[in-house]
Amino acid sequence: MRSGVVIFPGSNCDRDMIVALRKISGKTPIKIWHKEYDIPNLDLIVIPGGFTFGDYLRCGALAARSPVITSIKNHISRGGTVLGVCNGFQILIEAEILPGSLIRNKKLLFTCRETTLEVQSCIESPFLSGLKIGECLKIPVAHNEGNYFAPEDLLKQLKEEGRIALKYIKQKDNEKNYNPNGSTEDIAGILSKNGKVLGMMPHPERAINYLHGGTDGLKFLTKCVEQIIG
Amino acid sequence: MKPQSELLKINKNEYLAQQKSKLEDALEMGLTKDEYKLICEKIDKIPNLTELGIFSAMFSEHCSYKSSKKWLKTLPTEASHVIQGPGENAGVIDIGENLAAVFKIESHNHPSFIEPFQGSATGVGGILRDVFTMGARPIALMNALRFGSPDQPLTQHLVSGVVKGIGGYGNCIGIPTVGGETNFDKSYDGNILVNAMAVGLAKKDRIFYSAATGAGNPVIYVGAKTGRDGIHGATMASAEFTKNSTEKRPTVQVGDPFTGKLLLEACLELMNTDAVLSIQDMGAAGLTSSSVEMASKGSLGMNLNLDLVPTREDKMTSYEIMLSESQERMLMILKPGSEEKAKSIFDKWDLDFANIGEVTNTGRLILTKHGFEACNLPLEPLVKDAPEYNKPFEIKAIKKVLKPSDLKTNLTIIDILKIIFKNPNIATKKWIWEQYDSSVMGDTIFANGDSDASLVKIHGTEKKESFGKGLAITTDCTPRYVKSDPIIGGMQAVCEAARNIASSGAKPLAITNNLNFGNPDKKNVMGEIVGSIKGISEAASYLSTPIVSGNVSLYNETNGKSILPTPVIGMVGAIDEVENSLKISAEPDNVLIALGQSENFKAGWVGCSIYQEIINKKYDGAPPPINLENEKKVIEIILKLNEQKLLTAAHDISDGGLLTTVCEMLFKYNLGLDINLPSNLINCDSYDPLLQSWCFGEDQARIIIATKHIKKVQLILKENNIDFFVLGETNSSSNLNLNDITTISIQDINNLNEKTIPSMMGDQQQG
Repeated sequence: MRSGVVIFPGSNCDRDMIVALRKISGKTPIKIWHKEYDIPNLDLIVIPGGFTFGDYLRCGALAARSPVITSIKNHISRGGTVLGVCNGFQILIEAEILPGSLIRNKKLLFTCRETTLEVQSCIESPFLSGLKIGECLKIPVAHNEGNYFAPEDLLKQLKEEGRIALKYIKQKDNEKNYNPNGSTEDIAGILSKNGKVLGMMPHPERAINYLHGGTDGLKFLTKCVEQIIG
Repeated sequence: MKPQSELLKINKNEYLAQQKSKLEDALEMGLTKDEYKLICEKIDKIPNLTELGIFSAMFSEHCSYKSSKKWLKTLPTEASHVIQGPGENAGVIDIGENLAAVFKIESHNHPSFIEPFQGSATGVGGILRDVFTMGARPIALMNALRFGSPDQPLTQHLVSGVVKGIGGYGNCIGIPTVGGETNFDKSYDGNILVNAMAVGLAKKDRIFYSAATGAGNPVIYVGAKTGRDGIHGATMASAEFTKNSTEKRPTVQVGDPFTGKLLLEACLELMNTDAVLSIQDMGAAGLTSSSVEMASKGSLGMNLNLDLVPTREDKMTSYEIMLSESQERMLMILKPGSEEKAKSIFDKWDLDFANIGEVTNTGRLILTKHGFEACNLPLEPLVKDAPEYNKPFEIKAIKKVLKPSDLKTNLTIIDILKIIFKNPNIATKKWIWEQYDSSVMGDTIFANGDSDASLVKIHGTEKKESFGKGLAITTDCTPRYVKSDPIIGGMQAVCEAARNIASSGAKPLAITNNLNFGNPDKKNVMGEIVGSIKGISEAASYLSTPIVSGNVSLYNETNGKSILPTPVIGMVGAIDEVENSLKISAEPDNVLIALGQSENFKAGWVGCSIYQEIINKKYDGAPPPINLENEKKVIEIILKLNEQKLLTAAHDISDGGLLTTVCEMLFKYNLGLDINLPSNLINCDSYDPLLQSWCFGEDQARIIIATKHIKKVQLILKENNIDFFVLGETNSSSNLNLNDITTISIQDINNLNEKTIPSMMGDQQQG
């Protein structure tokens, strides 16, 4: 598999994602600098987490105007696959590749902790086809603006088109804070219309070691890679 | 030379900065009359205002350590694994496989009280720069925080701001904040403590130092532009607070973690080439301390053209440029001819890069502005003639030993346990920790109380059969012990840190310390400084954990009231295989054993304990004594047992005593335990002072271990003459039973534990 990880000034999960993808595919992803217009044909492009340009404007707003975004849009229009994690998800939204918005966490606090995700019934997507509907994954989040918001009509559309990919889910009946950011309908990740672009707040690349964070992130990424290679 | 009248036309303020100073100027800058006299003598002229500003910064307590230097020199700093001790940007130790751990702790107390968010954020930024200046990639952040009493309204505001500031910088720059300690005491009402520690990783043969080399070599300024923020921050941090301290807000620097991240990546990229000869970050006293220290360490001089310094504002004067504490800046000496290559790296990261002068062999610091000489000073007096005071001191220690029977109460053991876990000093700090990104970089094994020490894997040491090496890190201090007996308190901080490192399965290696005290002009405060340094020295020598870096913060007083003496110990240890590390949580069917406590241990040490505070509403006894031999024994035995893979978990006994420690080990899996009691306590009731002292006494040199291999462990303990007491086997009942005396619901106690800090912070939704 040929993959690439995009690096903006302020990206800080690029190394973690490269480590995870190398562990799974045996190949080191290429690094794509944000000023690049020409990027080679890749099976997967990942926009990793971080604080691009300090997130001093809206999160991801400046990165979404970088030259590389044009190349990513071209890659998508050719039917290419893109994963945006955390700040990467925020960038995909600011670039209007994915709809809706990510606003401040409900409690207005940064939150770093494990969450449990449930795989939703959705359209055909290389990110989810290898997993069962209703399957649970323990993957951590670490963000300040992960509260996914979509107005009624958009939400309806996302549901009809089967684009809600992942939701935060309770472990126990009385669990109050299973949703770490107050997102609409517990949404943790959404897909593009063709299912080839996934934006998600949780960090699968941080759950690849049984000593810390568990290995559900490894499972998630492995299934993606398997589906993409075909 | 052009006439000064021309300068007056160009920049009036610069003209003023170049005028001769008066004694009043010196006093205003925090210098004494004697110091001003000394300066005039040593430089053989009356300094102008810029020159005087440079002296006042270099002579400040913050830069010169004038009150503590005499005593700091007595700290043990050497061992075969020490590569660089105190005196550089950070300490460096050898951790094998051609790798070095680079670390330091630093305070940002005064700025954090005035402006909690920016003060603590720049504290984190500053300590990170200290570490990557040496060529190390930072891999973990820790902190030690002290706030005023929890019921004081200001405390909530300060906690909230400091936590946001620490998270704001660390989360953005992408270095995990893996743990630390947070405590509350009314003595910090007007002076909070924010100590930040950073640990980095470097190749042993690629460490960078600050001493300038080679006359004629270019002096390069990189990073953010210089603004008017933080002017005289080092002087502010060296004075007592008064009611008007909040008026000093403009002297607090503003942090920019994004630029910090760019500077980190650009510096490490440049250090991968052979261009950098020496490098120093611009921390306290900015361009002044960096240029003076680099030149003087190399026994050379420096000429700088201040017109070439990138500035944020127009018409900044030489005085302002030299004393600004704008963040995210570095000064480097480059190999001649490598400027182009270096500049291209900084261009890529959109950072300023300016060739502002050259190294000379004159032994002088010469600065020009608008073509006029703004400063011409010999370097030696700035560094070597900084005063060193031998201030009078008196080490006061409480000798009165309290007996359990001195503490009579109508509280039961459950009552006391509930009060303990309602105390924000003991309760879990989860509410705080969740605001820190503890898992970025993907190498965190244990963070935030999962283990007695935080543990990060060392990237790149993975082997076929192992995840590789790890570094264990802890910060510790028990200020109430130091207050009662500075020497014992100093020793205890070191011993507890070493016990914490060992309880995570790692070998204790070296220390960075942050000595936070009140006004050293007071005999008893100076006694606390001297006493705790003595205690730290004794314990650190005995445990072979030398001090390799550190920081001193004095004048932590408001309106004459001093903080509790708080000499924080940051300790680093190493483990060869991280999968062999130890957490605090026991698993079902584990036997819990108290190491360092014999069958004959019948009464606990109650003086100065959390238990005493609950019963007496104060601490007034002698703190628990320290027996270094026992401390070493318990550390060595736990490492030995762990090497043989006989342990599941370990947790050292500290604040709140044995029963508190046991509860903390049972919380995660909601387990129960029937505790064996020594024969003399079997018939006690729940009010019995002797039994209560056994439960809550704070005798030192004890660690509770959890094992599935009781027979083997007992055998090894006996062979090695280790005192131990088998507490019992964990079960799934979630009840902690003390014979028939009392039954404690672990679930109930943990519910209290989890609610304490959120409810203190007004967050009712937690849990």
